[in-house]
Amino acid sequence: MPTIEGVFRQEYGRAVAVLVRYFGDIDLAEEAVQDAFTEATRRWPETGMPPSPAGWIITTARNRAIDRLRRESSRQDRHAQAALLLAPDEPVLEGPVHDDRLRLIFTCCHPSLAPAAQVALTLRLLGGLSTGEIARAFLVPEATMAQRLVRAKGKIRDAGIPYRVPREADLPDRLRAVLAVLYLIFNEGYAASAGGRLVREELCAEAIRLGRLLAELMPDEGEVWGLLALMMLLHSRRAARADDHGRLVRLAEQDRALWDRDLVAEGQAIVRACLRRDQPGPYQIQAAINAVHSDGPATDWRQVLALYDQLMAIAPGQVVALNRAVAVAEVTGPAAALELVDELDLGAFHLFHAIRADLLRRLGRTGEAGTAYAAAIALAGNDAERSFLQSQADSLPHH
Amino acid sequence: MKRYLLSIYQPDGEPPAPGDLAAIMRDVDAWDQELKAAGAWVFTGRLHPAGTATVVRPQNGRPLLTDGPYVEGKEHIGGFVVIQAPDLDAALEWGRKAALATTLPIEVRPLQD
Repeated sequence: MPTIEGVFRQEYGRAVAVLVRYFGDIDLAEEAVQDAFTEATRRWPETGMPPSPAGWIITTARNRAIDRLRRESSRQDRHAQAALLLAPDEPVLEGPVHDDRLRLIFTCCHPSLAPAAQVALTLRLLGGLSTGEIARAFLVPEATMAQRLVRAKGKIRDAGIPYRVPREADLPDRLRAVLAVLYLIFNEGYAASAGGRLVREELCAEAIRLGRLLAELMPDEGEVWGLLALMMLLHSRRAARADDHGRLVRLAEQDRALWDRDLVAEGQAIVRACLRRDQPGPYQIQAAINAVHSDGPATDWRQVLALYDQLMAIAPGQVVALNRAVAVAEVTGPAAALELVDELDLGAFHLFHAIRADLLRRLGRTGEAGTAYAAAIALAGNDAERSFLQSQADSLPHH
Repeated sequence: MKRYLLSIYQPDGEPPAPGDLAAIMRDVDAWDQELKAAGAWVFTGRLHPAGTATVVRPQNGRPLLTDGPYVEGKEHIGGFVVIQAPDLDAALEWGRKAALATTLPIEVRPLQD
């Protein structure tokens, strides 16, 4: 038996998406859907849940929206009158409903909106998170987040950002933007600079939920599945990533019994399906790398290195090169890896110093390792990483 | 239909070499024809260099004149086109074509109804 809260999480985005199609107005859609859920919390405990909770919410929200428009149109509001003319008699739940959420995702992630606004809108409109929840997750004051959302919705309205799945020619670029938003949401939860652990895990779960939705809506896009599998495999290790003191635990030292086996299995199955499809992209390769990490009692570093070579070929970059060097250290040795790392221009990135420190330590260059650990600690964004790095630095042999 | 202002940002200083300029003008003319044929064209304004501008400011109820342009910089609006389009994506498509034709950045901004 689903709860009202469960229905809210599951159906909020769908209901808003349908209402936006009906009325072409995001604020009206949001208010009407919220009205409908308020009505549901009043009614359902007495009447029991209707046979189709989503249908009930959408019909109720539509009626509420029409009520609002009637009130406003009697005050001679041109827009309200126009919207009222477009209002459908009966909501249609089949067919295009799926597309409604897809349209809404593309609207929220339109490149004419700033990335921070894209993230906030997606969480608000499709995830149904409250402004306060989003503000807490991104460590900004609630008023700031509220203003960010108001501005973004204003831009959608005033600039005429369409509510539509982009045409074929634009789709690759536009889909990349959507995937980037989902991965940003996930990473904020996964590697958040601060913030409560619960809020952060919820962000990861929300990103995966939206990823599942996108995969359901665009099943032919390999990169959508790749991102979903990548997020699942990373999230599967959440219980093992920190020790009892909240200190980060590296992959090699994690207690694999703590990994979420169902999520690992699901992620690996998607990676296998991607391999069969054979349209590799950056997310799919990163998912494959994590699938290798998740396989068996220890990582097969030769396979990981081969995948990083493939990733460097299609999506070269300094951070990819840094991660590849970690695999080189395991396959060839720390000296070869250090040579690669020292060619990179990533001095502002704490992991660059952390990886250098580890390689120097393994080469017995203790003094230099200590300096590199200090640089990594100074740049690290959260306590879990800082205390891990501190313990590594403390364990360096003394002269 | 919504209307959008397409502002063309031009670097100050010497124009491109005559041969390059001729090729650009050909592409811009073709874009202009396409815009008009599609019924999307509303208005075009071509501007003299930014150094010819004068700024008028209110000051104690009297206008204060200064040598322009208003914003100091290495690039200024060199011209603008007002178009009509059903939505931002359609306007951005005209903007994309304009950027390719002019080889310059184009700002696409909605006009109020």
